[in-house]
Amino acid sequence: MIPLSWYLALSAVIFTIGVVGVVVQRNVIALFMCIELMLNAVNLTLVAFSRYYVNPTGQLFVFIVMAVAAAEAAVGLAIIISLFRSRETLNIDEADLLKL
Amino acid sequence: MEILFFLFATIAVVAALNVILQRNPIYCAIGLIVTLCSLAGLFLTLSAQFIAAIQIIVYAGAIMVLFVFTIMLLNVRSEEAKVDRQKFLRWLAVPLFLALLGEVYYVVRTVNNPPPQIPATGTAPPVEILGTVESIGREMFTSYLLPFEATSVLILMAIVGAMLLARREKASDVIQTQATTTEPEEEPVISGMGR
Amino acid sequence: MSVDAGFLIEALIKIIIVFHVVLIILAYTVLAERRVLAVIQNRLGPNRVGPFGLLQPFADLLKFIMKEELIPLAVNKYLYLLAPIVTLVPAFMVMIVYPFGPTVRLPYIGDVELYVTRLNIGLLFVFALTSLGVYGIVLAGWASNSKYSLLGGLRSSAQMVSYELSLSLSVIGAVMQAGSLDLVEIVHNQSGAWGMGWHLFWFQPIGFLVYLISAIAETNRVPFDLPEAETELVAGFHTEYSAMKFAMFFLAEYANMFTVSVIATVLFLGGWNGPFVEQVPWLGPLYFFAKVFFFLFLYIWLRATLPRFRYDQLMNFGWKCLLPVALLNIVISAAIGVFAL
Repeated sequence: MIPLSWYLALSAVIFTIGVVGVVVQRNVIALFMCIELMLNAVNLTLVAFSRYYVNPTGQLFVFIVMAVAAAEAAVGLAIIISLFRSRETLNIDEADLLKL
Repeated sequence: MEILFFLFATIAVVAALNVILQRNPIYCAIGLIVTLCSLAGLFLTLSAQFIAAIQIIVYAGAIMVLFVFTIMLLNVRSEEAKVDRQKFLRWLAVPLFLALLGEVYYVVRTVNNPPPQIPATGTAPPVEILGTVESIGREMFTSYLLPFEATSVLILMAIVGAMLLARREKASDVIQTQATTTEPEEEPVISGMGR
Repeated sequence: MSVDAGFLIEALIKIIIVFHVVLIILAYTVLAERRVLAVIQNRLGPNRVGPFGLLQPFADLLKFIMKEELIPLAVNKYLYLLAPIVTLVPAFMVMIVYPFGPTVRLPYIGDVELYVTRLNIGLLFVFALTSLGVYGIVLAGWASNSKYSLLGGLRSSAQMVSYELSLSLSVIGAVMQAGSLDLVEIVHNQSGAWGMGWHLFWFQPIGFLVYLISAIAETNRVPFDLPEAETELVAGFHTEYSAMKFAMFFLAEYANMFTVSVIATVLFLGGWNGPFVEQVPWLGPLYFFAKVFFFLFLYIWLRATLPRFRYDQLMNFGWKCLLPVALLNIVISAAIGVFAL
């Protein structure tokens, strides 16, 4: 059986890649995709724990997280579309009107 | 069995790196889709069959289609190489990434005793029926009915919110904003001609 | 889970046989469509190549192979070459869960089940692969770098995604009655009772109707083929594709039709069940293919007969009419399951 720590390590690597993406990326849609990457890494952690403690709670949690991620993606993309309509650019650095 | 894990893990990590390193957003989206599918493969190695299928149907088959539609509708091209105003962030990102990876390595090497048992809700099912649809369905509609109903309300809110936010402006709004933004441009021309 | 050489060899042989059988059926479905369409329209179809035109698929294959492979200059080459693959591979991957027949006894080999594998989430597997097939169309439209392709691709995939919802909801009633997502289990649940045990008669007529309409919309066939047909006049998501790549899109469409027909027979028409199938197991595949061919004929018949929907009528219908009816079907099936059975 594969040790639990391998799955956790993989999940941590993917989560880290997501975090780096959020920091580095300037395109708003790619930024959003890196957030989804982070959510998926957490899903992997939950499913791995659910398997190693033989408890279906982890998988249920993943189900709910997926539903929430779907809702969040829909609303986030709607916000991005309305942002694009007013600014004509998808560069997140350009959205700085509230900056001092 | 380890071969499957390494195969899916390698594909997942390479595709995730693709997501953050590609310039064209469509390639980022394809990288994310490949990541999601390889994560579904990892879920299958963890006896989570229902979650693996749902991951592909919902995440890779619906959410990412939404992303790809948005990229195509907004006609997003590759990023131009402009001057990065916050360039120091890039130089900060790589050391932080390596530091986090170092922590992961530490965890993998030192923590090898099993953590204490988490008490299960009700009786713990045997491994053979752990990820099946029946066991998840039974748990969801008895112990976790409230999160399920709350999720359905959340999705309703998301539908209404998304439709409201992405709606086109009405014609009256557009005329007003055009009137305010074109005025300063016309003034220098008129003053130049008047002189 | 023991993966030994015997298991692998058996699986490989089954996959090869199933793949070739389905491929030949698909090739002849194309010919059958042209002939049946012709007969309904009071003319002859292709009947020159071979007796009654039966070698026409091979002539078509030869033409597709020998045609010039054009790649327009302005396309995104990577995505352009990826799109037909992404459309075709999920369409063919579904074959491994088709339940062709019951367990038969072969000489020298023993008992052989007439399906490649049996997943306990079989139906979800089919829906997952159908969802992945949308990407090929979207990527083809985008990669072709032409306005008409993009619009055709977006419309087609928006239609497919919308009707996937009512497709998935309409099968829930049948799954509730069978108590499992395993296709073989669903077929077993409809055995006996001289055909009255089929889910079509045993309380799922609304589900069947909703499934059929959603399936026709899902596979972009008449009367829901506006993204293909309007753009037939101008272009299409596969306009910039020539020869073999176009053949892959074409084949994928027919493979999707076949998949949907198989799921319809398995879920609503009893799969391989029929008279005397317990005594003579080899009748199982015969009944299965007879029912699947009936659905394919239904597709062709609809194409010859009905006009097509306008795009906004199509989307209205899917979201405002089919989806509530599918939900109603779930409620009715659940009520019948709890109170009457």
